[in-house]
Amino acid sequence: MTFSLQRRGLAQIIALLVILAVDRIVSPQFFDLRLQDGRLFGSLIDVLNRGAPVALLSLGMVLVIATRGIDLSVGAVMAISGAIAASLADSHGVPLAIAVALGAGLLCGLWNGFLVAVLGIQPIVATLILMVAGRGIAQLITEGRIVTFTAPDFVWLGNGAVLGVPVPVVIVLGMLVITGAVVRGSALGLLIEATGGNARASELAGIGTRAMILAVYVWCGLCAALAGVIAAADIMGADANNAGLWLELDAILAVVIGGTSLFGGRFSLVLAMVGALIIQAMNTGILLSGYPPEFNLVVKAAVVLIVLLLQSPRLASAGAALWRARS
Amino acid sequence: MNASPDPGPALLEVRGLSKSFGALQALQEVDFTLRAGEIHALLGENGAGKSTLVKVVTGVFDRDTGIVRLDGTEVVARSARAALDAGIATVYQEVNLLPNLSVAQNLYLGRQPTRFGLVRDAEMRRRATALLAEFDLHIDVAAPLGSYSVAVQHITAIARAVDLSARVLILDEPTASLDRHEVEILFAVVRKLAARGIGVLFVTHFLDQVYEICDRITVLRNGRLMGERTTAELPRIELIRMMLGRELAETTSARAAERARPVRQVCARFEGYGKAGYLSPFDLVLHHGEVVGLAGLLGSGRTETARLVFGAERADSGRALVEGQPVRLQSPRDAVAHGFGYCPEERKIDGIIAELTVRENIVLALQAKRGLARPLSRSEQDEIAARFIKLLDIRPPEPERPIGLLSGGNQQKALLARWLATAPRLLVLDEPTRGIDVGAHAEIIRLIRALCDDGLALLVISSELDEIVTYSDRVIVLRDRAHVDQLQGDAIDVSNILAAIAAGSVVGAETVQP
Repeated sequence: MTFSLQRRGLAQIIALLVILAVDRIVSPQFFDLRLQDGRLFGSLIDVLNRGAPVALLSLGMVLVIATRGIDLSVGAVMAISGAIAASLADSHGVPLAIAVALGAGLLCGLWNGFLVAVLGIQPIVATLILMVAGRGIAQLITEGRIVTFTAPDFVWLGNGAVLGVPVPVVIVLGMLVITGAVVRGSALGLLIEATGGNARASELAGIGTRAMILAVYVWCGLCAALAGVIAAADIMGADANNAGLWLELDAILAVVIGGTSLFGGRFSLVLAMVGALIIQAMNTGILLSGYPPEFNLVVKAAVVLIVLLLQSPRLASAGAALWRARS
Repeated sequence: MNASPDPGPALLEVRGLSKSFGALQALQEVDFTLRAGEIHALLGENGAGKSTLVKVVTGVFDRDTGIVRLDGTEVVARSARAALDAGIATVYQEVNLLPNLSVAQNLYLGRQPTRFGLVRDAEMRRRATALLAEFDLHIDVAAPLGSYSVAVQHITAIARAVDLSARVLILDEPTASLDRHEVEILFAVVRKLAARGIGVLFVTHFLDQVYEICDRITVLRNGRLMGERTTAELPRIELIRMMLGRELAETTSARAAERARPVRQVCARFEGYGKAGYLSPFDLVLHHGEVVGLAGLLGSGRTETARLVFGAERADSGRALVEGQPVRLQSPRDAVAHGFGYCPEERKIDGIIAELTVRENIVLALQAKRGLARPLSRSEQDEIAARFIKLLDIRPPEPERPIGLLSGGNQQKALLARWLATAPRLLVLDEPTRGIDVGAHAEIIRLIRALCDDGLALLVISSELDEIVTYSDRVIVLRDRAHVDQLQGDAIDVSNILAAIAAGSVVGAETVQP
């Protein structure tokens, strides 16, 4: 029962279905799929493909938030890893480039985790440091230019397909399975939820809360680095100014839409993924509808509000009372 | 059931009140009458429905059926604020005022006297001083509330509540964190209020205090009304029978016979263990199958001893040995690895993880001890949870219920289960019966004895000396953050402990540490 969708996931699933239905109205071809050169194409595939970076970020973010933390630096970490991978890909080979990029992500996570778990700095402040500094580091790596590359193996990561499914989607699914297996297959999930629910009590129950908090930030850094690699592969270059810009907010939003409280405790990996899909389905729908993209932000805000209202226990009880009063 | 010659008119009337939470019937057709000018005790075991009754009356919970009348008019309080406006004020065990503001500001928060929109500080202080003087409390009202004792804070809360034109005052476990003298001060205030015609509802689990101050008693059990009596006509044994429905056999009888035990093996030994500025170095030997009680006033170093032993604070002097082997206790994790367990005093803050289920809370320490890589399977977790829920009679017996929804006594049992599941060699219990009613109280004491008979070493802290005398094989007395005395065998009785706390030396003074 690794990925059981509990009743609490209902609001998210309904929201996703409603948004997909609206997408279908604004764009009648939304659900059309076609196979071309061994790869599936279509708006639905676009949603999955474009949503991959935020989905990866949410996968790390959900664990961090479950420990009652937050990681604001993931967008900057994307920029760093993208810059490293793009700079090294043509000169040192793709495997090494990606390994170094992912290693940088691990280091970034270690830094955040050190500040939070060992020095006890508040997560929002601790990760703000790297959020600001990280983009500067990325610009130093690219020397302020947009670094492009041509290594076909790298380009494949962004544009290739496995059995018709785009590679970024495959990577997200792979990471979801790995994270799920690690978190729910071991005792980590329970211990993370305990730490997020009550860190003092967890410490007194003999849980090594520091090591665990360190570990979730490291994992979050790794996920962010992977997202950065995919984003670079997608545009065949690294743009230190814009890669992953504001995506940390989308990732936090995806986690919150997925029902994980910013106060820590209970979390759901799968629902965080659904949250990421909800965000991307909206983005894609607005693009397809032909409205100017500026609307995107406003519509996004409205939809987020609705999803959060659907989850609100206070609203639910008020609604139930209203229902009783009518009948 | 009402046998009392009626002293005053009915002020607050509750008729046929029912309330359920899901399948759990918390209150069932409960009647309750509070008269003007009386002090009325509401008693019952954990889960009897006392809190639910208070919360329905004060508008925290909706009621399913029933009527609440104040002075004959029906009250439909939908919030605590509405209840307060109707004249029903509540003061809880944890004072919910603002310790960083002054006493005067706390008294007049939200209704400060103003002139041209500006707060008239001098006027507010004058009024506050006058208000508190009515309660014989003469203090500097400009000082922060937090700088005063809990008793003063309680009286401030009561003064604030009553000044908001309260007719009914509900005191929910007001004396749990007060010492004897502070209780006297509080009671004087309560008597004065009753004399003014206010109806006081007193929720507590200290039976001595009930007999000292209350006119009448209402007893609830399992959500039902067991009866309403005048205090004078209700002998204590009868009261306990009403609350428990069974005789509370020999809970407080000494067990002198059992004290003549053979000497047992040493479980853990602490030599010159201490931390500068926290607790003076102490020597402590704990044997298998032995209960060592720690007695002393609040702040004497009892909890500090427990935290050092469990590694929650790091000692900077001395050494610790477990089964004869030197060990390092740098963290609770280390202590757990050596087979220690610790039920802390502040259950809600340091103990339970409210959001997680009873099952998850019970398996937590065992899982932490096994490590990440060896997860307990769901069926193992279910088995462990079911076993301990049955063994300790945790109610309701639902492993998947969030533990935060259980009553205090059942949360405490679940925490005991958390440690028993790790098969510990030493268990440290800090105030294991605090805030728990007579029934669960007796059960926990029975458990402590049973555990000790199974060879566990127990270090128990309690403010209730009767309790310590009941189960301890040895009692260590603390004063001013140092272990000052040790009592053994027949020397263990309440008066000797009190003398040791007062003087620091009675018998066995050879164990005194610098």
